[in-house]
Amino acid sequence: MVQASSAVPKQSKKFSAPAKMTASLQVNGVKRTLTIAPWTTLLDALRLYLDLTGTKKGCDHGQCGACTVLVDGRRIYSCLTLAVMKDGAQVTTIEGLAQGSTLHPLQQAFMKHDAFQCGYCTPGQICSAAGLIAEGKAHTADEIRELMSGNICRCGAYPNIVAAIEEVMSGKGAEKSGEAGR
Amino acid sequence: MNNFGYTRASDVADAVRQIAADPAAKFIAGGTNLIDLMKENVARPSRLIDITHLPLNKVEETKDGGLRIGALVPNSDLSYHPQIEARYPLLASAILAGASQQLRNMASTGGNLLQRTRCFYFYDTTTPCNKREPGSGCSAIEGINRGHAILGTSKHCIATHPSDMCVALAALEACVLATGKDGERSIKFADFHRLPDDTPNIDTNLRSDEIITAIKLPPKGFAANYSYLKIRDRLSYAFALVSIAVGLDIADGTIKEARLALGGVAHKPWRNHEAEAQLSGAPATRETFMRAAEIELARRGILRTLTQAARGTPQSQADKRIK
Repeated sequence: MVQASSAVPKQSKKFSAPAKMTASLQVNGVKRTLTIAPWTTLLDALRLYLDLTGTKKGCDHGQCGACTVLVDGRRIYSCLTLAVMKDGAQVTTIEGLAQGSTLHPLQQAFMKHDAFQCGYCTPGQICSAAGLIAEGKAHTADEIRELMSGNICRCGAYPNIVAAIEEVMSGKGAEKSGEAGR
Repeated sequence: MNNFGYTRASDVADAVRQIAADPAAKFIAGGTNLIDLMKENVARPSRLIDITHLPLNKVEETKDGGLRIGALVPNSDLSYHPQIEARYPLLASAILAGASQQLRNMASTGGNLLQRTRCFYFYDTTTPCNKREPGSGCSAIEGINRGHAILGTSKHCIATHPSDMCVALAALEACVLATGKDGERSIKFADFHRLPDDTPNIDTNLRSDEIITAIKLPPKGFAANYSYLKIRDRLSYAFALVSIAVGLDIADGTIKEARLALGGVAHKPWRNHEAEAQLSGAPATRETFMRAAEIELARRGILRTLTQAARGTPQSQADKRIK
């Protein structure tokens, strides 16, 4: 655990060197210990220090959803999360959804339904959809659309994204991975 | 972001001690607004005091039959809490009308109250803003302001409070529990947020060395007849141009008690006592609602929300059709 108050030197008025801190996160099942400045976002920690570049930086202000990851099973925006605050947490990124070479059902369904064009928002869309399914609050297409509104798709692939999520929620089609994507 | 320090509070007393010792420090819980403001250089705290490990994450029944909501209960958990869904559905609906599920998963109950305006000029450090820099002027008054305040404004500021949850809490007459050096105090929701007057830089009446520990809901939840209607430019994940929270207590077709609060139109959730007085004791009919809605702006929204509440068909936050 990161030690509290006494460990952090008082800040001077002038610019001082970053006071680095240690945080241990369980990322996709692997313990990763980081020594980072407190202002490092979880998004930057994943991309810059753990080389997990699947999670994307879009707006960096919590408005687009490209940076969505699961922390302790709940979907959040990693761009508005400080990594030091998640010491001890379980983080799942897009890289952690597949089981070995078997894609996650949402990954298969996104390919099958052509639920993307440029693909930049896709890791966030898929992590968000995984969170949505775990929450169990969406039962209709309207509810999927509403509860997925925190993920923007600039290419406008929304109808296919909803279709992919509906299919996985219904439990059908996930096993048809052989024909996925084409 | 500026160079800041980071500490953790071990308990509420420690949190109060830490903030009192460093007035330029800020508490952080969900961080959904504060980190954004820090990225824009609007907020430049000397230190963040992480309060997420404090034991303030329970929803408990109170002796008077109401509920006490811990300040760290995430917005999403609160919106889906069985007691909130059953007894205070107006609150659940208002929460679900705001932000996105990712933000609701992160955002805390206490932090929702303390979020700052989304006025573009407040966020843009290259423009004058009395809320950000007192005395520099207000860019919004002569600027792009179609989403700004129309009630309770001052010549110094026309910013709005962005919360949906707070509009429901105002209608429900919640109380805010805060702890400072002198112990705990209860603040009526109506007295919590401020109007801008000549100090728009101060959003609330919370003292700088106090921490919000809980929200208390009174027993009455208006669960049978309520609606939260939010009018906005985009059907989800957008701030309100106007939102209307209604709770009605109807017996034999007569309104015994009415609550009506507006969001997105003032520096604080705008409780409309005049309209409530018009409604109380009157038959729950369209004519009554027309009279109440004529008092102020947002007439069509108020009329529609009153009608939805009286019919027992509250606005769905997923089905966007307004019925």
